[in-house]
Amino acid sequence: MPHDHHDHDHPHSLLPSDPALRVKALETLLVRKGLVDPAALDAIIDTYETRIGPQNGARVVARAWADASFRARLLGDATAVISEMGYYGRQGEHIVAVENTDSTHNIVVCTLCSCYPWPLLGIPPAWYKSDAYRARVVREPRQVLAEFGLVLPEGQTVRVWDSTAEIRYLVLPQRPAGTDDLTEEALAALVTRDSMIGTGLARAPE
Amino acid sequence: MKEPVFLEPWHAQVFALTVHLSDTGVVSWPDWAATLGAVLAEHGLDRQLDGGEDYFLAWVAALERLLAARGLAGAADLDDLKSAWTEAYLHTPHGQPVRLAGG
Repeated sequence: MPHDHHDHDHPHSLLPSDPALRVKALETLLVRKGLVDPAALDAIIDTYETRIGPQNGARVVARAWADASFRARLLGDATAVISEMGYYGRQGEHIVAVENTDSTHNIVVCTLCSCYPWPLLGIPPAWYKSDAYRARVVREPRQVLAEFGLVLPEGQTVRVWDSTAEIRYLVLPQRPAGTDDLTEEALAALVTRDSMIGTGLARAPE
Repeated sequence: MKEPVFLEPWHAQVFALTVHLSDTGVVSWPDWAATLGAVLAEHGLDRQLDGGEDYFLAWVAALERLLAARGLAGAADLDDLKSAWTEAYLHTPHGQPVRLAGG
C-alpha cells in the first residue's frame, strides 16, 4: 500500500490529490453561486452506494422469467414496466430490454462514454468504461466475450447494442435450466450484473 | 463480486455534482454525455484508458469544460479556490475539520 509512513510526523491534514482539490473547488464555487446544495450531493451518493445496484435489475429479470405477461410487457415498453417497479431516475428515462434466445445473444456497450441503465444496474464497473471494452466489443464481440469466459455456440448470433444518452439497454438473459420450481427471489439470486450487460450468463442453480 | 461503488471519495463527489446539476436543469444530460465523450476521446488519443481513475479524471475535466462553456465556473475562480483549499489543508492540524478561511 502506498500509505504514507509520514503520517505520524505530519502536523497538518493530509493534502488531497490534485483532482480531489479540483472537485472541491468546483463544489465550493457552485455552492457559493447557489447552484448546488451539499445535502443533495450526500443524498445522491448515499442512493448510489446503498440503494441502486444490480439487485434491482435482477428483480426485473426474475419477474420476467416467472411471469410471461410481465415479460411481454417488459419487452414492449421496458421504461414503463420498470418505473412501475419503482426503478426510475437518472439514466433510466428510456430503457429497452433485449432478450437473449438460443439464436441471439445480446451485449451492451457505450462507445461514446459510459451510458448505462443506472436505476437497474447502478454505476458501471471500470471495465465497461475502459477504452479496450468500448472499442473492441463492437469489432470483435466473440473475442471479448471469450475473455470474459463466455464462449457462445457457433450458430448463435451476437448483437451489440450501443447505448446513448437517450437510450440504455438491459439484457434479459436466458433462464437457466433446472429452475422451474424456484421462487422469484431465488431466481433473482441467479441473475448477475454481467448477465444483464451480456458479458456473462445467469448462474446455474446450486 | 462486491466492489465498492466509488473507489475514491472525489469520484463520488464529482459524480454527485454532475447528477445534481442535471437534476436541477443546470446542464442537460445529453450535453454532459457529449462533453464527457469528447474528453474521453482526447485523453485516450495517446494511451488506453482503463476506465478507473483515468475515467474520473476525464469526468472532472469534462465538468470543468461544460461549466466554463456555460459561464458558470471560470478557470481563474477555480484556481483561486483550489489554492485556498490547498492552504486550508496545509494549515489545519491533522484530525481537525478542514474549512476554507472566510467560509
